[in-house]
Amino acid sequence: MMRLIGGSAVAVVVMTLFFGGLYPLVMTGFASVAFPSQAQGSLIKRDGVTIGSRLAAQAFTSPKYFMERPSATSPAYNAAGTTFENYGPTSPALAKLVADNAKAVLKLEGPYNPGLTIHDVPVDAVVTSASGIDPDISPAYAQLQAHRVAAVRHLPLATVQKLILQNTDGRWLGVFGEAGVNVLELNLALDKETGK
Amino acid sequence: MGEGIFQIVLFVIILIAAAYPVGLYMARVYEDDNFLRRGRLRFLGSAERGFYRLVGSRAEREQTWQQYGANVLVFSLFFVFLVYAILRLQGHLFLNPQHFKGVPSHISLNTAVSFLTNTNWQYYAGESTMSFLSQMGALAVQNFVSAAVGMAVLIAVIRGFTRRSSKNLGNFWRDLYRSLVYILLPIAIIGAVVLISVGVPQTFHSYAQATTIQGAHQTIARGPVASQVAIKHLGTNGGGFYNSNSAVPFEAPGSFGGYFELFLELLIPFSTLFMFGRLIRSMRNALAIFAAMFALFATGVGVNYVAEQHGSAVLRSSGVNITQGNGQTGGNMADKEVRYGLAETAVFTTGTSMTSTGAVIAGHDAMTPAGGAVPLVNIFLGEVIFGGVGSGLYGMIFILVLAVFVAGLMVGRTPEYLGKKIEAREVKIAALGALFPGVLILTLAAISMVTKSGLASIYNPGAHGFSEALYAYTSQAGNNGSAFAGYGATSFSAYLGAIDMFFGRFVPLIAALALGGSLAAKRTVPASAGTFKTDGATFSVLLIGMILLTAGLMVFPALTLGPIVEGLMH
Repeated sequence: MMRLIGGSAVAVVVMTLFFGGLYPLVMTGFASVAFPSQAQGSLIKRDGVTIGSRLAAQAFTSPKYFMERPSATSPAYNAAGTTFENYGPTSPALAKLVADNAKAVLKLEGPYNPGLTIHDVPVDAVVTSASGIDPDISPAYAQLQAHRVAAVRHLPLATVQKLILQNTDGRWLGVFGEAGVNVLELNLALDKETGK
Repeated sequence: MGEGIFQIVLFVIILIAAAYPVGLYMARVYEDDNFLRRGRLRFLGSAERGFYRLVGSRAEREQTWQQYGANVLVFSLFFVFLVYAILRLQGHLFLNPQHFKGVPSHISLNTAVSFLTNTNWQYYAGESTMSFLSQMGALAVQNFVSAAVGMAVLIAVIRGFTRRSSKNLGNFWRDLYRSLVYILLPIAIIGAVVLISVGVPQTFHSYAQATTIQGAHQTIARGPVASQVAIKHLGTNGGGFYNSNSAVPFEAPGSFGGYFELFLELLIPFSTLFMFGRLIRSMRNALAIFAAMFALFATGVGVNYVAEQHGSAVLRSSGVNITQGNGQTGGNMADKEVRYGLAETAVFTTGTSMTSTGAVIAGHDAMTPAGGAVPLVNIFLGEVIFGGVGSGLYGMIFILVLAVFVAGLMVGRTPEYLGKKIEAREVKIAALGALFPGVLILTLAAISMVTKSGLASIYNPGAHGFSEALYAYTSQAGNNGSAFAGYGATSFSAYLGAIDMFFGRFVPLIAALALGGSLAAKRTVPASAGTFKTDGATFSVLLIGMILLTAGLMVFPALTLGPIVEGLMH
């Protein structure tokens, strides 16, 4: 029995040092050499300033930018406090959230999309994402917003649509998952196009 | 939906193609005495023998099931103390760039037991509670160790079938070491490298500070994420670095991230069956079990996908566009991510709830009633459909023994499996192993219903509140770890949960070893005309029936009080 206790104590220490120390240290060393940008969180810099990460949504309110999906985090798009909304499928709170968000989308996009009705609003525009920092919107939601962004920026619609296409991540290998438009990268590309 | 079904089918084909060779490799790791004793990798064999000398046990020394079990328990208790101590003291220790305080005692105990038992119930939001030291040195270590313990126990139980007239089931240190170093570690390293390459952070720097395009301030949580996430899936643990788990792009970037992590998660549970087939020298017997599990798995994926694509009542009546096509997935996108869409989410959700992983890429609470029923039912079925690493198949062996026994009664043939007679003792042990979690769940859920502190742990009113409690104790007893958000804001529920997880893990584990010990001692009888066939489709159907029966009879009465009442009220 004493041998069992002693052996267990030794094993616990050895395993903690190996799997809790050596393994993550070696992986971190490898990451910093082989994939320095990814290892640090895929941060994006502009004019020397870190403006966000390509893997996290951030708040856009100005009409010259594409908008992100709704977020349940507090404050919205909190990349250090991710969470779901957790409204049940029949919950009145969900009904209100959807109605409010749809109304906001119609108000914002309506003037630039004549004849726009709630039936044209893609579902991802009105419900929260799972992470609260979903960096993507559906291509459908991007197309809806393209008219506004083109008009506000005095750009041809075709240019904006070209930028959407350039910043769309398709399905992996063309098969797995779904296509999404990276909003932060798209907005950066727009700023670059119009000289900020 | 065609494209969605195509990607799911393709994923499953790739998974099975990879699981077969891995399964054969695992069989070799455990049963080839000369593994790594010769050749260029000889030094690894020397390291292994060095470890045995360090713990003072020779690999050659075989253990009875009692000795094996005692070894598992003593070893595990040491780890509970260590993890508890690290969490409590993290505020005074190193690798704490965000300066988090020590974790409160009830959360520390719950978390220590949670990770030890491969449950990974999370009482905390990772990115705002745990220091890097706690994540790496306490929690990620358990991701490895708890998985390896499950695998070791499984291999010991399988020896019950493969050995004849033997007192012993192998040596715990040897099975543990080989699971850890020859199976989990290499795959985890490959997994971590792949994850880093696609954007999962791996750094000791503090959280990044950004000034957004519109001038707001954004803090971006990061840390040694990839090394932890790789083993979190591979070991069917599920405890994420971030609160929203694999829904967070930093934890699973791109459409690739979700599928890759699901691949890691299902790899060993799938491989285990091929390993079993190789070890018992009958792939057909293993395939009969595989077929039963796979049928339930495919059903789950199908139900979830169709239900979510159909959309929730609220979304359908709201008028917004939920039709698939024209640049969107449509359907119920509430608490889901665009890059995953509905097909990937369906297969991930089914896989994670079956394998007792409990990781998520979408919010389960927000799923449609039928879609959300899939993870719920999977948890109630006791995590035996593929199930957790190791623990899934030994849980299934209980069901299998009961199925053989019932079949024997029905057709009047001698109950035997792989030449081992199934007698009263084996049936009693299997019944204990299969039914104990249900007894535990119902007892603890009842306690939580009749005590003040228990009632205070509930978040939502009415029947949904009961569902929360029932789900919490089921998830913890089954060592799954997913939760109905909201439940358990009290220290009472944290302690009750710790009890639930501990006994939910170790009672079936010891029962499995006892079963193995009992079987190993038997002679093997040659198959005769009177032997019930266990390698065909009939047996698969019988297994499915047995899974539904044991789980169904236990939890159905309780389910009527919660989710079913809730469903009827709407």
